[in-house]
Amino acid sequence: MQPSMIPRLCVLSLFLVHAFSNAETITAPTPPPHEWRLPDHVPYPDGNEPTPQRVELGRMLYFDKRLSRDGTTSCASCHDPAQGWSDGLATSRGLDGKTLPRASPTIINAAYNTIQMWDGRKASLEDQAMGPMDSPDEMATDFDKLMALLGRDATYRAAFQAAYPDAPIDKLLIAKAIASFERTVVARNAPFDRWLAGDVTAMTLQQQRGFQIFVDPNTGNCAVCHRAPLFTDNGFHNIGLSSFGREGADPGRFAHKPIAVLKGAFKTPTLRNIAETAPYFHDGSAATLMDVVEHYARGGDVKTNLSPNLKTGPLTQQDKDDLVAFMQALSSPIPAPIAAASTRVSHLPVAGK
Amino acid sequence: MNVQATTQALPPSMMKTALYALTLMVLVMASTGDADAEDHVVTQSNMSFSATDLTVKVGDTVSFSNRDSMAHNVYSLSDAKTFDLGSSAPNTSKKVTLDQPGVVDVECALHPSMRMKIKVTQ
Ligand code: HEC
Ligand code: HEC
Ligand SMILES: [Cu+2]
Repeated sequence: MQPSMIPRLCVLSLFLVHAFSNAETITAPTPPPHEWRLPDHVPYPDGNEPTPQRVELGRMLYFDKRLSRDGTTSCASCHDPAQGWSDGLATSRGLDGKTLPRASPTIINAAYNTIQMWDGRKASLEDQAMGPMDSPDEMATDFDKLMALLGRDATYRAAFQAAYPDAPIDKLLIAKAIASFERTVVARNAPFDRWLAGDVTAMTLQQQRGFQIFVDPNTGNCAVCHRAPLFTDNGFHNIGLSSFGREGADPGRFAHKPIAVLKGAFKTPTLRNIAETAPYFHDGSAATLMDVVEHYARGGDVKTNLSPNLKTGPLTQQDKDDLVAFMQALSSPIPAPIAAASTRVSHLPVAGK
Repeated sequence: MNVQATTQALPPSMMKTALYALTLMVLVMASTGDADAEDHVVTQSNMSFSATDLTVKVGDTVSFSNRDSMAHNVYSLSDAKTFDLGSSAPNTSKKVTLDQPGVVDVECALHPSMRMKIKVTQ
């Protein structure tokens, strides 16, 4: 054998080894998919920089049931840290046990959303926070009573003064404080994040395979909508839920933008901490992550107005298991001070009792 | 316009001729209108439009060319032009004619962060 052949044979054998080992395992893609790293900077609007004082005030308000008309409901009732910042229900339960038409989305990383709500009807977190307080079914806040209470309460008075010196306490200020708190509910320490940062053992091989399927346009094709780095395109899609076939079906985004493709389209949700927020979809119709994957694998149920981007390739049972395993690698632990606060504040006395 | 009043007064044969003449006139007008109309190309790539602001003349067309690997939509609900191009698959292009002066806010319904403005001038 000629010496010049040796390097070539080496390359060939390396290639073969690689090709065969690939069948068993998928190594971390090179270069690392940097585009999936969550941006360090949490965006906030002019005039509402989330200072520690604002965050603390917002935390108090977020967990305070006295914000609701009857003292039963805080933001945390439906966006509970212990339930992945959602509520564990198919669709939310409002005041007087009323069943609401849609599921409570997690507020994890909602700070990064460029549009809020399943139908995108709110632009910012500030704008959003006033919604549940105004809604007769959610909190039905009695603002006269609430302002009186906040004005009487020395702790709140001091907290408002520290957060927004000399600003009159009103609805907007409450919303700004709550939004500041929400901007700290950020998940960036999941096995997936550690894997992205270079810890190759942070995700199991099955989870790494699941990620490959997730981004592969020919198989999972999930990342076309659950895009890097937020697992959402901040976009709206009809993914063929069976509820869309029922009479009087929720039109979703179409109610706000009457464009044909938006009939039955809802916002692509983040998949952060998704393993903790079952059941799934805006109507709570999928009980498990495997149910979700099966839904995509069969191309949806009602196919009359499917998003043109909904194209899941053929998936083997192994692929489906891998996708589920990958989604389980997206859970970050809840920051300890917030977890502790949620139990502490829920014992606050209720107004009028 | 009182076209109806005139045609009603004409005998059938003359009415036919009048209709032909009218059709011809419309065609000529339309084609002379086209003669200096321009086609502007806006590409959709990496989930954004290649232009955020575009100025065109009344009668011009804008072609939206999708260079992304995902489908997009193009629509406007503006007074100056209301249209919905449906969905455009990757590597396809769709065209709209701007026939009135004004400002047209263009968006992708699937991805509302994709937006641009077309200023249509006389
Ligand atoms: C009774 C249950 C309930 C209460 C109380 C409640 N929410 Fe919600 N929240 C929901 C539901 C349901 C949705 C989705 C509704 C929709 O999209 O139509 C939602 C949506 C949101 C969203 C949008 C998230 C996204 O990804 O689009 C945010 C942020 C949010 N709520 C924050 C809050 C805050 C802050 C409070 C307290 C001021 C609050 N919620 C109180 C049930 C509730
Ligand atoms: C065409 C865009 C699109 C594609 C492709 C897509 N999704 Fe989704 N996904 C959505 C939308 C929109 C929703 C919310 C739909 C609803 O509730 O009406 C959603 C919901 C989900 C949910 C439930 C989230 C929750 O909080 O309830 C999971 C989990 C999920 N998708 C995973 C996947 C996986 C895995 C894939 C690939 C196999 C995938 N998605 C492909 C757009 C998409
Ligand atoms: Cu688009």
